[in-house]
Amino acid sequence: MKEQSLNIERRSATTTPSPGVRHTVEVAKLIDISKCIGCKACQAACMEWNDIRDKIGTCEGTYANPADLSAGSWTVMRYAEVETKDGRLEWLMRKDGCMHCADPGCLKSCPAPGAIVQHSNGIVNFQQENCTGCGYCITGCPFNIPRLSPDDHKAYKCTLCSDRIATGMEPACAKACPTGAIMFGSKKAMLHHAEGRITDLKERGYRQAGLYNPAGVGGTHVMYVLPHADTPELYSGLAKDPQLSTLVLFWKGIAKPLMGYSLGLAVLTGIFHYVTVGPNEADEDETEE
Amino acid sequence: MTNHWVDIKNADLILIMGGNAAEAHPCGFKWVTEAKAHRKAKLVVVDPRFTRSAAVADYYAPIRSGTDIAFLGGVINYLVTNDKILHEYVQAYTNATFLVNPDFNFAEGMFSGYDAETRSYDTATWSYQLGADGYAKIDETMQDPNCVMQLMKKHFSRYTPELVSRITGTPVEQFLTICEMIGSTAVPDRVMTSMYALGWTQHSVGSENIRCMAMIQLLLGNIGVAGGGINALRGHCNVQGITDMCLFGESLPGYMKLPTESDASFGDYLTRMTPKPLRPNQINYWSNYPKFFVSLMKAWYGEAATKDNNFGFDLLPKIKGPSDALAIFERMYQGEINGFFCQGYNPLAAVANKKKVSTALAKLKYLVVIDPLPTETSEFWKNHGVLNDVDPAAIQTEVFRLSSTLFAEEDGSYTNSGRVIQWLWKAVDGPGESKGDVEIVSRIYLKLREMYAKEGGAYPDPVLQLSWPYSIPEQPSSTELAREISGRALTGDGEQLSGFGQLKDDGSTACGNWLYCGMWSPAGNLAARRDNSDPSGLGQTLNWGFAWPANRRILYNRASCDVAGNPWDPSRMVIKWNGSKWVGNDIPDMRLNARPEEMVMPFIMHQEGVGRLFGLNKLKDGPFPEHYEPFESPLAKNLMHPDNPESKCNPAVRIFMGDLDSFGKPDKFPYVGTTYRLTEHYHFWTKHSRINAILQPEQFVEIGEELAKEKGLKDGDKVIVSSNRGHVKAVAVVTKRIKTMDVDGRKVHTVGIPIHWGFMGLAKNGYITNTLTPYVGDATAQTPEFKAFLVNIEKA
Repeated sequence: MKEQSLNIERRSATTTPSPGVRHTVEVAKLIDISKCIGCKACQAACMEWNDIRDKIGTCEGTYANPADLSAGSWTVMRYAEVETKDGRLEWLMRKDGCMHCADPGCLKSCPAPGAIVQHSNGIVNFQQENCTGCGYCITGCPFNIPRLSPDDHKAYKCTLCSDRIATGMEPACAKACPTGAIMFGSKKAMLHHAEGRITDLKERGYRQAGLYNPAGVGGTHVMYVLPHADTPELYSGLAKDPQLSTLVLFWKGIAKPLMGYSLGLAVLTGIFHYVTVGPNEADEDETEE
Repeated sequence: MTNHWVDIKNADLILIMGGNAAEAHPCGFKWVTEAKAHRKAKLVVVDPRFTRSAAVADYYAPIRSGTDIAFLGGVINYLVTNDKILHEYVQAYTNATFLVNPDFNFAEGMFSGYDAETRSYDTATWSYQLGADGYAKIDETMQDPNCVMQLMKKHFSRYTPELVSRITGTPVEQFLTICEMIGSTAVPDRVMTSMYALGWTQHSVGSENIRCMAMIQLLLGNIGVAGGGINALRGHCNVQGITDMCLFGESLPGYMKLPTESDASFGDYLTRMTPKPLRPNQINYWSNYPKFFVSLMKAWYGEAATKDNNFGFDLLPKIKGPSDALAIFERMYQGEINGFFCQGYNPLAAVANKKKVSTALAKLKYLVVIDPLPTETSEFWKNHGVLNDVDPAAIQTEVFRLSSTLFAEEDGSYTNSGRVIQWLWKAVDGPGESKGDVEIVSRIYLKLREMYAKEGGAYPDPVLQLSWPYSIPEQPSSTELAREISGRALTGDGEQLSGFGQLKDDGSTACGNWLYCGMWSPAGNLAARRDNSDPSGLGQTLNWGFAWPANRRILYNRASCDVAGNPWDPSRMVIKWNGSKWVGNDIPDMRLNARPEEMVMPFIMHQEGVGRLFGLNKLKDGPFPEHYEPFESPLAKNLMHPDNPESKCNPAVRIFMGDLDSFGKPDKFPYVGTTYRLTEHYHFWTKHSRINAILQPEQFVEIGEELAKEKGLKDGDKVIVSSNRGHVKAVAVVTKRIKTMDVDGRKVHTVGIPIHWGFMGLAKNGYITNTLTPYVGDATAQTPEFKAFLVNIEKA
């Protein structure tokens, strides 16, 4: 990743202080669901820019393809057919992917030093070279976003195109979106833009229209304009009130110091084992997939 | 499009009916979102399916596929009954006041002049009453029972909301809500735009579907104005260019017509093609036909086209009979065609009734496929198991595949739906031995010319005398061709022409397509301009590319002003009369010095200068649109005229004798099948592209929940969809988006069938959807009825 021009604010499992000389603008992607036509141009652009290709799958009875996020699909469109109380049908389409939380559960739960970082502009990034593949980020994510690759056993997700943003470009999905449903800019500008969109939606009869920028994770750097903001779960199960999981809080608060202690103990035990018994030999059959 | 893509942002109401712009035109659809965001425009979608466009619409109503005229006819009835028309516009700019031949009549679904034997009309009575001066008679009061307004009112008075609902399945209140929304634009400062595509054209009443909406737009005063018009969304980045350049066997470039066997002489031909004015002071622009035609012949035959040989009139073929795709494959099927060139065309997948097309191709001696990829057509002879179950040993057709380059591998131009011609530059070289289409065709031509020169032949002149002035004969450059198409003077220093006003019928100008004249002017290649400045804010970027005709962005824009020459809506001023000439934000579609009191009317291509509510004989199936059932209909009768079996379906539609047995009946095929495209794919091409294949990998069909329940089907089940012509196997997508329709008290289910799969490519191979579709087309355009036919569905 080319990130020389992005400051790192936080790193997983690291206590070294972060650089603090430069101050960068907090950025955000705003996905206006009322403008989205579910065309998947964002998915195509994501594949192209990041040079990832998922498998050619099958039709499972919906328009969604690939059916879920994976190490090869960092964003997917999700489609939900919903009948409203007045009998109107709505086809709700939501671009799913990393929300880039201000208070990222993945980073907090990650035990591998520097495998997950948060840039000062708000982007949360995985540094796969430091990833141990433990999958704690998956447990820690309140949006069920990261995916382990079956090929290299490392976790992957949307980077918010940090490499593009570092050079002054917008994310690939925003660039490709034909209807302007994906906007990108400073978080402040996106909040302002969202206000106008919500006013318009309310005038069109969506009285519950609102912004999705959930406080439980400190706000997000990917936000949605939702016509039905009171029931985000209508949008293919978007979390109504996402919180850092109690597991994460437990890990950060109590388990981590304890773990540090037991890890030391384990190392000592290992040395003892090596000295007394000798190295472990891997069984050939076990290493083959 | 009468207007253009960007102009959609100026609309107050957007009606998407007969199309699914969000799905099939996602980039152009951005202008709908602009209109919604900045003009508070409302989007209305009417479609058999709740589409991607419907997903972002303000209002949606379902309709049974193939009943659009019933719906739109009902709208016309609503507008005239409730006085929702722009009176000054209708009075002055349409033929509402014109008197029609008293012998014209309409009864039991049939217009006067029908001949059941030939399934066609003698259109003699579909005409105006003419005065002694040769001009059409009019009644300014519009009270004469034979005036167009009265005939139109009478014709559509039968389309009551209740009957509309019984036929279309659209609930009455939803129909009326949409009527009200449409009617709200009958005022000078509100405008509706109509966006349509194959959802209207691919019916046996396709042309009349579109005409019906054109009539509505005329009644509302919505043609010629910013944010209005009747807008065909073309499905290919250059399909407008293809149409303009005449890739239709009966046309010449610029919508001129090939001579037929009945044109005994050059004089006869020009007389037939050059219309006389039907009202005083009108422009009647087609009166310039001889100038366009002679200039074309000079471009094609150069020195060999002289006044003495009628500019090479005898070098042109005199066509006999129709030569649309259905007619060509019928003739091939009858064994009348030996060889066939397929250039950028995959008919095995794209034409109706795959079995018939496959049988036809097998009767050829040779087939030449010019395409970047192996296509189903180039492999039609090969057995691909159940997907293409043919016996190669029984097929003697010799197939030649000539690999061509792709769009990004050559210079040239695209003409988009809005008639804007944009130059594009080659990005990369084509792979391997691929060659540009122009080079492939040129090499074939040069070889043929050599053979004709050496060996002679029945009539070698048309080949030998063709002008071929290109610096590298095997590789005419896009630049040379564009300059030739745009046209030049043959006198003086042979300068490029700056517009079709300069064309002459004396052989002193050459122009490959009069509509494109001025595209490459003395100032250079105007199609290559990329100045997006928009001083009016209306999206009228006159220095971006070049729009035909004459760089005009909104056709008939004289109609954006009232009779006195003031814009209906000053905030959306397209042009205006400034006291001495027409000026404004577009190239005026009017003689610049035509004073309003001269009453030169806006529809300059018409002999009478006005828009036609009564369509004369321009369409083969009637001067007014009438609802006819699709050729395969779930209903036993046409509810508009239930007692006349002859007018159940369009009586003027051509049916080939052998196809009669191929139509299915609702007893075995009870459901309405309709085919369409998906946004993830482009026709039968992108299944070869990995990313598109990932995004939509496998063939599926869509059915409503009620039908699924009846049939015991659920999401992901494998199903067989069959028509009387064959079957396809696909995955079922069970959806709330396809509703069971209540049609005249009975349930009608729809089966939605996307088209993109075939037995070639990276996506999971599938069946060719056109295995199912009927071999019958629109009465006028012969576009096949892909949108409404009968199928059955069973669990596989």
